[in-house]
Amino acid sequence: MTLFSRLLLVLLLGCAAIPTAGAADPPPAPAPLDQTPPASGDPAAVSVASAASAPVEPVSASGASPTPASVGTASAFVASAAPQAAALPAPPPDPSPFAAALPLLLDSKFPVKEQAVERLAASGDARVEGLFTALLAGELYQLKADGRLVIARGQEGDQAVREVLSDAPLSGIGTQELKKITLNNRMRGQLKTALARLDLSHADAGRRLAAVTSLMSDPGGANPDLLRARLTQEDAAEVRDALGLVLALLDLNSPDAQARLAALPRLRDALHPPVRTALTQLLERETDGQVKAAASRVLTHIEGRVHWYGQLETLFFGLSLGSVLVLAAIGLAITFGVMGVINMAHGELMMLGAYTTYVIQQLLPGHIGLSLFLAIPAAFVVAGLVGILIERGVIRFLYGRPLETLLATFGISLILQQLVRSIFSPLNRSVETPAWMSGSWQVNEVLSLTLNRLVIIGFCLLVFALLYLILNRTRLGLQVRAVSQNRAMARAMGVRSQWVDAMTFGLGSGIAGVAGVALSQLTNVGPNLGQSYIIDSFMVVVFGGVGNLWGTLVAGLGLGVANKLLEPWAGAVLAKILVLVFIILFIQKRPKGLFPQKGRAAT
Amino acid sequence: MILTRLLRDDRGGQILLGSLLILAVLAPVLNLALPPDHPLYLSTYTLTLLGKYLCYALLAVAVDLVWGYLGILSLGHGAFFALGGYAMGMYLMRQIGERGVYGNPELPDFMVFLNWPELPWYWWGFDQFGFALLMVVLVPGLLAFVFGWFAFRSRVTGVYLSIITQALTYALMLAFFRNEMGFGGNNGLTDFKDLLGFDLQADGTRVALFLASALALALGYLACRALVLSKLGRVAMAIRDAEERTRFTGYRVDRVMLWIFTFSAVLAGIAGALYVPQVGIINPGEFSPLFSIEIVIWVAVGGRATLYGAVAGALLVNYAKTWFTGALPEVWLYALGALFVLVTLFLPQGIAGLGRGLGSWGGRWRRGEARP
Repeated sequence: MTLFSRLLLVLLLGCAAIPTAGAADPPPAPAPLDQTPPASGDPAAVSVASAASAPVEPVSASGASPTPASVGTASAFVASAAPQAAALPAPPPDPSPFAAALPLLLDSKFPVKEQAVERLAASGDARVEGLFTALLAGELYQLKADGRLVIARGQEGDQAVREVLSDAPLSGIGTQELKKITLNNRMRGQLKTALARLDLSHADAGRRLAAVTSLMSDPGGANPDLLRARLTQEDAAEVRDALGLVLALLDLNSPDAQARLAALPRLRDALHPPVRTALTQLLERETDGQVKAAASRVLTHIEGRVHWYGQLETLFFGLSLGSVLVLAAIGLAITFGVMGVINMAHGELMMLGAYTTYVIQQLLPGHIGLSLFLAIPAAFVVAGLVGILIERGVIRFLYGRPLETLLATFGISLILQQLVRSIFSPLNRSVETPAWMSGSWQVNEVLSLTLNRLVIIGFCLLVFALLYLILNRTRLGLQVRAVSQNRAMARAMGVRSQWVDAMTFGLGSGIAGVAGVALSQLTNVGPNLGQSYIIDSFMVVVFGGVGNLWGTLVAGLGLGVANKLLEPWAGAVLAKILVLVFIILFIQKRPKGLFPQKGRAAT
Repeated sequence: MILTRLLRDDRGGQILLGSLLILAVLAPVLNLALPPDHPLYLSTYTLTLLGKYLCYALLAVAVDLVWGYLGILSLGHGAFFALGGYAMGMYLMRQIGERGVYGNPELPDFMVFLNWPELPWYWWGFDQFGFALLMVVLVPGLLAFVFGWFAFRSRVTGVYLSIITQALTYALMLAFFRNEMGFGGNNGLTDFKDLLGFDLQADGTRVALFLASALALALGYLACRALVLSKLGRVAMAIRDAEERTRFTGYRVDRVMLWIFTFSAVLAGIAGALYVPQVGIINPGEFSPLFSIEIVIWVAVGGRATLYGAVAGALLVNYAKTWFTGALPEVWLYALGALFVLVTLFLPQGIAGLGRGLGSWGGRWRRGEARP
């Protein structure tokens, strides 16, 4: 059976070369609307006759190959079909090999059908792709009345039916008038391969690249001459590179040691997994010492690069986790670091930001990207106002009593959680991601970066920069720093310290809300969203050094990367525990964090 | 004699021990001697619930000792409680023996389920009750000692200490949730059969456990009271009020803190060990930061730095929790949250200092607005 399929493949590739070389096949003529239905056997019979003498040879290697007679009968079946829907135009005479091979699909024997698929693929007709796709999807039917092939799509009772040969829509066809063209697994494989081959000469460079890439994992069946021919015509550099790789992989199987040796350097920069597999296999069976040494050098080189990219990916994941930590902690760096207020409800302010995103998305269905942009200021305002409310209502009575502040804000966090449960239900809500944030950026074969994480890293840096500017370049920032360093003196200089307190707390809380918008793009939005981040965020702030924005940034990113570096050999949970234990020990060694404040600001 | 000395000038303690004594005599009688249809009959469920509250009360006393008298706000005492509970749970687990679902005489059910070949080394010895009791005391004590050794020597205090104790219990929770740890993962240890040969479901055993909890609470209270009245206790309070000044006066602040912290952790471990056979399960949920912070609110409600207040707070809040989660489950978190806020704002002395608190909250409100 494998021999048979190999033969089929070789033949297929050989045949596929014909249309690319000469484009022998005319495109299907559109059906003239005013044509009267032909009499039985009249013009269609001509096409059948010409089909019988089609230039494509049937495969004789298979024992089940149909006799010309059987082809004849099948075609005659089509030919004698008097169109029942009289209003519809009949197909014009179509002498193409495509039309000739089509009736073979109606045969009940699978080998005949396989042969039909093969001949259809070889015809190079533009209709082949649609036909094969439909056949694979189970959408190809024959009309019971006259045996014409049709493609029926859509729900039962509401099917859009088109004839294959003329591509004309047919109306008023009921489900009971259709008979499905059946497939077996071998044919499915055959169809997929044929579709991939068709893609090799597809107009879209992406499709060509995908087709060539799929060839890499099984280059054995590919026809080198065809590939070389394609290489001369190919104008997209990526596809050319990939074609070159496939050819080099084919050369690896060459009996000539020099050819194998020459192929190796061309594989040096290939990161595709099939190349590594091929090289490993080559090393196992190779007898020529020189080739073996060269192959092992190339393989080591490739594996080194793959490892390097793997490290790069880990770094990316770490930075992504770290940026989430920084986003979560940076608001806390303001309220805890600058003001010295322990706000255990910080996580719940993030949760409010995430729910704001959810609500705005519900209000603006269909505008996912826009609602996300609107959610950022909205979440800032919502969380900021709630923050100011907390500060004015509770925290201001507890300044100078950090432990009591901790307890009171923890109580507020419980209330906010339960509030969200009462309003939105305790179930998680999912926030949609806009199209430009989903998917991933494929850097190369082994490195792909998910876009939403990439965006969030950028967003985190943006928020950090903004906050840094606010604190260091604005009047509010100046007052915040003044009050945090020496409240009495700041008041003496005319700073309204209470107003500054409220604004600072509002700023930190608003940033938490903005962080919630980012989190809503990564995880489900639920009442427990904040709780899972609060301990981590405190760790980041304390680790980085209280009152130090840069410290928060470095600590957050560093802890994220450390977490991801530990994960491969410790597992996700254990890595987190190890990081926690490390911070606990670190704080005991250096209670002021990585970057302690020095001088007067420290007291 | 010692008792009179300890309870002199301690009105709350006298009332507490008195009511404990009455409860210890009355509850078993009402449960065992009366028929179930008698109006005064105390159901075994209620008795067990009371026993559970007493364990919580002991835990609250332990937290009050470090928070009220030493100034350490521990947000990780749930960890010591849970470790004591796990030590007891491991003993009870080994007592199941062949009666488990898989009938393995050596391995607990969850280990058979996870294909563990043999008992891990840290489970060795837990078939001996004495060894388990030793571990109930040693494991939380040792953890507190090591943790405190590092923390107090490097002078981590205040909020930082609170946050790293919270991180400690959080890390332990994550660790115990892992199946690979060998403590039953998120299901924890459960399905206990008997303790020292007595059936855990029997009324007599429940009464005995209740009495043991009452006794432990009374002894724990007296021990803490003795500690507070001693010279060590006075130094502790000096540390709470002015740590630097105490250090410069020549006291070894870190040692005082270390020993009292360790003692408190041991008390918490004992409370956990008594808690587990009564509720019949121990799982990593007891390590959750929320539970640890709830303990603190019991103390705050009862009145910080009054040991009897901690007991009262624990009983009150837990009774409220039982009532709310039964009658109005969705209101409980609102109530708990409001309790946190209102107690810290208006009742800094808790119910123990209710009279004074009520008199002065108006004044504090004004002062809060005119904060310098």
